[in-house]
Amino acid sequence: MRHPLRRKLPLLALLLAVAFISLGISLMTGSVDIAPGELWSLLWQNHGSTHYRIIHELRLPRTLSGFAVGGVLALAGLLMQALLRNPLADPYILGVSGGAAVAVLGAMLLGLPFAWQAPMAFGGALASILLLFGLAHSGNWDTNRLLLTGVVLAAGWSALISFVLSLSPPVQLPGMLFWLMGDLSDALSPALPLGVLALGLLASLWLAPTLNLALLGPARAASLGVRIQRLHIFIYLLASLLTAAAVSIAGAIGFIGLISPHMLRLVAGNDHRILVPGSVLLGGSLLVLADTAARTLIAPMQLPVGVLTALLGVPLFLFLLNRGMPGRMP
Amino acid sequence: MTPLLSTQTLSLQIGATQVCRELDLEIAPGQCWGILGPNGAGKTTLLHTLAGLHPGDAGRILYGDRRLPDIHPRELAKLRGVLFQNEPQSLPGTLFESVLAGRHPHLGRLGWETPLDLKLARQAIQATGLQGLEERSVHTLSGGERQRMEIAMLLAQAPGLGMLDEPSNHLDPDQQILMLRLLKDRFTQYRRALIMVLHDINLAMRFCDHLLLLKGNGQQLMGPAGEIATEENIQWLYQHPVSLLKTEGTACFYFL
Repeated sequence: MRHPLRRKLPLLALLLAVAFISLGISLMTGSVDIAPGELWSLLWQNHGSTHYRIIHELRLPRTLSGFAVGGVLALAGLLMQALLRNPLADPYILGVSGGAAVAVLGAMLLGLPFAWQAPMAFGGALASILLLFGLAHSGNWDTNRLLLTGVVLAAGWSALISFVLSLSPPVQLPGMLFWLMGDLSDALSPALPLGVLALGLLASLWLAPTLNLALLGPARAASLGVRIQRLHIFIYLLASLLTAAAVSIAGAIGFIGLISPHMLRLVAGNDHRILVPGSVLLGGSLLVLADTAARTLIAPMQLPVGVLTALLGVPLFLFLLNRGMPGRMP
Repeated sequence: MTPLLSTQTLSLQIGATQVCRELDLEIAPGQCWGILGPNGAGKTTLLHTLAGLHPGDAGRILYGDRRLPDIHPRELAKLRGVLFQNEPQSLPGTLFESVLAGRHPHLGRLGWETPLDLKLARQAIQATGLQGLEERSVHTLSGGERQRMEIAMLLAQAPGLGMLDEPSNHLDPDQQILMLRLLKDRFTQYRRALIMVLHDINLAMRFCDHLLLLKGNGQQLMGPAGEIATEENIQWLYQHPVSLLKTEGTACFYFL
């Protein structure tokens, strides 16, 4: 008898192809267009040309960072949805990016050097995570309580963000707004995000069979041999750390974490052994394509990529919602 | 013969309800126990406590001769399986995936199902009469189909002790009999046993050889069904007049 997941393997192959095509499109498109053949030789040989430098110093790092951040966001969204057993969950809804934003904007307002931004974002996200954990974790994991506390916390951060913005001198506002909307133009060292992605992917793949059981409800999962309390804490920390890392690299990019697992569930079902790698490939591809559009749509000006993910994400999400979600709320 | 499950002076309280007091229960292989009691007496909580999903207040619970806290959750999942009453699935997959999830305690480190696991899941689906619905999404199933799917999950899990919470829920009268007969057949052979919470005293009369009556105020009665199921005891349990009707070979309670 064939394993039911064997039928889903072509889908993963397709997503892998989509990912490579997205990376290719992103590398070829920009202020100068580079043909596929040239791109191939530029990737492997140093001609010392301007094109070589454009690819290796600008587009390749940014594209790879974008892919990694997209993959990390999709993974974090998928994990949060499994934790809260709610298809609408997303780390952003829980206020993680809000905490990061308040910390970064505060640092900008105080005139701290640029190098402080990423650590501040990470610290802010972690602080928000711990605050949520402290406020919502009362003995057991009530997913409604966690979700509601997160939503309220996010509203609080948003008020603080407005407060900081209204205090800030006008010269600083554009930088702050770009950060708030999510931006990859400073993400030029892909090693860190790719490392985070690799670690997150490995941990999630290892967790995948257990995540499937977690969706069956806590008591049932426990009756089938899952240490559910420990699993919940682990998923929560993993998803939060992934979000914190993504936010500190690229600012607050929304919708990737919500949309990617969703689109995949429509065609791939609910098995996390497919959803984990699939979401990473889809999230990465989506963010790379959105960033390519953000760089080129109104060139030479650049849009913050978060604007595009939201512009694309909202109609896409509404479409999916109306099409009838595969995982309806209980 | 060592009992599959035993309790020593188990006491359990939820809120103001004393579910049981110093309960010494012994479930031997081959037995089929029924737990009866009025609404809110804590039948489900007791079942979950026996399954190790809810802490007891005092006393011990043993599987064989090992205490409950000393058993690894994964191993426990081979010793006992639970049929839940209200455990909603969110983001549900297909019926086949759900039944296959029952095999989880038997999988290797990587959590990958072998052909044997797939075969056992298919057999469980056939035994519950759900063949043809394998690829249906769980949320499109009717209440009765859902309940039979839950039973198939438990059959696929194949634990030593089946712990059923209201197994006849949502089932048509004929399916109630078929499913209980199936469960009893599977769980009273090969050194297995069954314990179930039931609302219907007559289903309990028909399938259970031992009964545990929980009054919900710390009073409890237990023993062989023939000794426990008297008019007097059932009237005491539900605070309602009842008469036992006997016809050739069968007996049934009629609530007046």
